[in-house]
Amino acid sequence: MNVQLASHLNSLLASFILLTAFGLVVQRRMNALLHLFAWQGFFLAVSTAIVGYLGGAHDLYISSILTLAIKVVLLPYILHRLIVKLKIHKEVETVVNIPATMLMGIVLVIFSYHLTAPIRELSTLVTRSTLAVALATVMLGFLMMITRKHAVTQIIGFLAMENGLLFAATSATYGMPLVVELGVALDLLIAAFIFGMFFFHISTTFDSLDVDQMARLKEED
Amino acid sequence: MNIDPFIVEVFQVAVLLIVAPLFTGWIKMLKCWFQGRTSPSLFQPWRDILKLFTKDVTLAENASWIFRFTPYLVFGVSVIAGGIIPVLSMDLPLSATADVIALVALFSIARFFTALAGMDIGTAFGGMGASREMTIASLAEPAMLMAVFAVSLVGKSTSLSQMAIVISQGHSLLRPSLAFALLAFILITLAETGRIPVDNPATHLELTMIHEAMILEYSGRHLALIEWASMMKLFLFAVLGIASFFPWGIPRNGELFAVAVALPVLLFKLAGIGVVLVLIETGLAKMRIFRITEFLGSAFLFATIGMLSYFMLE
Repeated sequence: MNVQLASHLNSLLASFILLTAFGLVVQRRMNALLHLFAWQGFFLAVSTAIVGYLGGAHDLYISSILTLAIKVVLLPYILHRLIVKLKIHKEVETVVNIPATMLMGIVLVIFSYHLTAPIRELSTLVTRSTLAVALATVMLGFLMMITRKHAVTQIIGFLAMENGLLFAATSATYGMPLVVELGVALDLLIAAFIFGMFFFHISTTFDSLDVDQMARLKEED
Repeated sequence: MNIDPFIVEVFQVAVLLIVAPLFTGWIKMLKCWFQGRTSPSLFQPWRDILKLFTKDVTLAENASWIFRFTPYLVFGVSVIAGGIIPVLSMDLPLSATADVIALVALFSIARFFTALAGMDIGTAFGGMGASREMTIASLAEPAMLMAVFAVSLVGKSTSLSQMAIVISQGHSLLRPSLAFALLAFILITLAETGRIPVDNPATHLELTMIHEAMILEYSGRHLALIEWASMMKLFLFAVLGIASFFPWGIPRNGELFAVAVALPVLLFKLAGIGVVLVLIETGLAKMRIFRITEFLGSAFLFATIGMLSYFMLE
């Protein structure tokens, strides 16, 4: 597979990652969110493998397999078990309505494109054009955390941000050192477990995972 | 041997007029087969149109000139649009008069007058259909323009013939911008031509109608023209999609052999589009009206991502 085709494929995968990031921001149902997150992880894993081929950085293959195992299989499974055990309502409320969220997402994409323009001028790597998409994915994950009221969807937003960071690492510098990647992956896994425990406690205390309910913790006379 | 472009143009408009009801008949046949029913014949829409032409027009007493004028305007707009889009040749004399933005504006003139005619008589359903149609239009038109911009960025021009020529020369479908623009275009076609999941074209319940509610009061030759024009609109959107995303097979100039081959290729592509459309229609349910804003918002989103990824990734 020659470099031209591989870099074309990488661009196509970058656009799919952006698409799934937008899908996460606007989607309402829990199961669809988990599926989209798994697809985003899958596209990220394939893209990491292709960048490993393009840049000759063979440790990216290991990183790609790690992403596949954790983000496509393990984390969605953990979250799915959580959703089933806590009997969470399948629909999710938002702070602003969906079309407004979409417009904010578009503004964020344009903003991140503008922000990464100097790096694009200076970089010599083949993957320099996908840095804008990576930054946009981080921002869209953040948008998802802000505009959702349900705790589990906020976690999915956090995980989507981490996807974007990994993608930014592979497109800016052909990946992080493998030790750093392993550390990040372990941190994510521990974070997922801790979130699971927290949600269990929150759900038993408040009978719901709606973060608005936690305003009840305020002291009122 | 080259045919005069003017003759190719006239031939193309004739094909539009004749094939559009057949396309609707084909979609109806496929839908019935998918649902396990026996279908009406392929020529049934033609029989309906011809029957309507022989019937009398029943006009309300307070109908103004808008009501009488609209069917002719809508029909004329569809014919002109058929003369602009490269269907059987990329070298059309009429394509110099209007580019793709003007094409979108043509469709919106037709929609504007249909909405006015719906409100003209003063019935409740006409007003309801008009307001629903305008809501959908106000969201679908920006999305359509964005999708068209994305394609014209790749085609390096807003003239439809130029776009078709440039896209047929490159290995284009691997480009993310065209893939997103195609996705957006499919969603917009469903909204503009009033198919499921936006509007059920076969409904007889007035409260669920969007397009049909505006034309409830029409009869006779007026109804025949409007029905024909809405069949032509579906055909035109299909052909616009073919010209923008799959233009291989449309002849570059008016060579006789190429034009003769182009017609079966067109029919084959239309048959394929019919299958895809019926799969979408059978697989989805009609959406609730307030969800249409999200549907069209996501079409706008896809089109804008397509346009942005042209700059970001290519």
